[in-house]
Amino acid sequence: MTEKVRQQIFDAVGMERTLARLAHEILEANAGLAGLALIGIRTRGAPLAERLAALISGIEQAEEVPVGILDITLHRDDYLMARKTPQVRATEIPFGINDRNVVLVDDVLFTGRTARAALDAILAYGRPATIQLAVLIDRGHREMPIQGDFVGKKVVTLPGEEVLVCLKEVDGRDEVILVETSDDN
Amino acid sequence: MNGVRFNHLLGLEGLSREAITEILDSAEVFLEVLERPIPKVPSLRGVTVANLFFEPSTRTRISFELAEKRLSADVTNFSASDSSLSKGETMLDTARNIEAMKVDVVVVRHFAQGAPHFLANRISAAVINAGDGAHEHPTQALLDMLTLRHQIGALDDLKVLILGDIAHSRVARSNIWGLRTMGANVKLCGPLALMPREVEQMGVEVTYDLNEALAWCDVVNVLRLQLERQREGLIPSLRDYQRSFGLTRRRLEQAGGEKVIMHPGPINRGVEIDSDVADGPGSVILRQVTYGVAVRMAVLYLISGGERLIE
Repeated sequence: MTEKVRQQIFDAVGMERTLARLAHEILEANAGLAGLALIGIRTRGAPLAERLAALISGIEQAEEVPVGILDITLHRDDYLMARKTPQVRATEIPFGINDRNVVLVDDVLFTGRTARAALDAILAYGRPATIQLAVLIDRGHREMPIQGDFVGKKVVTLPGEEVLVCLKEVDGRDEVILVETSDDN
Repeated sequence: MNGVRFNHLLGLEGLSREAITEILDSAEVFLEVLERPIPKVPSLRGVTVANLFFEPSTRTRISFELAEKRLSADVTNFSASDSSLSKGETMLDTARNIEAMKVDVVVVRHFAQGAPHFLANRISAAVINAGDGAHEHPTQALLDMLTLRHQIGALDDLKVLILGDIAHSRVARSNIWGLRTMGANVKLCGPLALMPREVEQMGVEVTYDLNEALAWCDVVNVLRLQLERQREGLIPSLRDYQRSFGLTRRRLEQAGGEKVIMHPGPINRGVEIDSDVADGPGSVILRQVTYGVAVRMAVLYLISGGERLIE
């Protein structure tokens, strides 16, 4: 597989601005941070949830917002079709979610299957008052009736294109790029 | 690193360090699943598992069944006592018939060594060995290793004493293979008549002096003494066995240092282990049972996923 960069969607500064807006939107929609909790979907949703939580506490100048990490591997709908057994990793939700307003955080919203699996997974932990979805990029091509409540940027993509999200915590830099992927042979 | 594929789990002999590590790492995740308010995940929806127990078992069968149900598999149970086996059907015919009902995974417990291997070569379902004769009991050794990883940390250079009836113990054999692969040191202790000849080729030391062995080890895994060994004349009497090889509080205190105490169950209290040791500080015997469900979930998950490779 080779990747050809088509377009930069975010540089580091742009990403920071957009995350700040998302933090404000989350606060506005939930009328403050009482009962609010952010849960990042592994892998890149986790650091994004941490960043949004820090921004939200900064805006409100209040105590920390609870942050969890969700691994959805065991709830995927393609497990029995996958060529390789997907590696399961830990879910860390160190607080009760009953009656909370839970915001699921992910980097890219695409088919909606990950969000569906996340909804399924989160309900094993209790009954939140609401579940909302925040994503940095919505690249379209949904296969499920799922939408983002808080969307950083909508990007029109074609088949054969991929959105690559790079984050400091995982990849050493902040950037989002649109790439064209093609098989070498 | 992901990517280790299992078609069957027949034993720990020959299983790589990477494979064992992946099972144990996955089991850690399933331990967390078991702590959730709803301890169930949908991963094995659509997978059918048959538990074929040709030999009685309570703990292992329930542990497998819970693991299967918590992964959302469909489960059917077969035990030798209430089946067509009593009508003279062979094990292979039984397994073929069950397979014809579209079963994906077969968990086998059998009194004959090699029975799961025999089935694995003849049916297309994945086979998990739940104990075959005195040969192997891989998921027991995996849960023992998971318990040790939790209690102590790394298995490398850990000193593990396996105490008791080694000759008849599949738990001992699987533990020896697994622990050696993971870099632990293993010593065996028990009566000469219950010590198999081939063990020294497995890279382990043997001693007949329990006090010396206790002074050496970090962990004691106490094996169950089958009471029929006395009838078979392999031990003079239970009292005699208890005096030489029973694990008592006094012995442990003499040896000094904190030891982790394990037992695969069921326990003969006052024979191979005293109650104040089995229930005392250092004992992880009930934790082993909890970890057993997580380890079996990990094995079922890894064995069921992906496309079945053709052997």
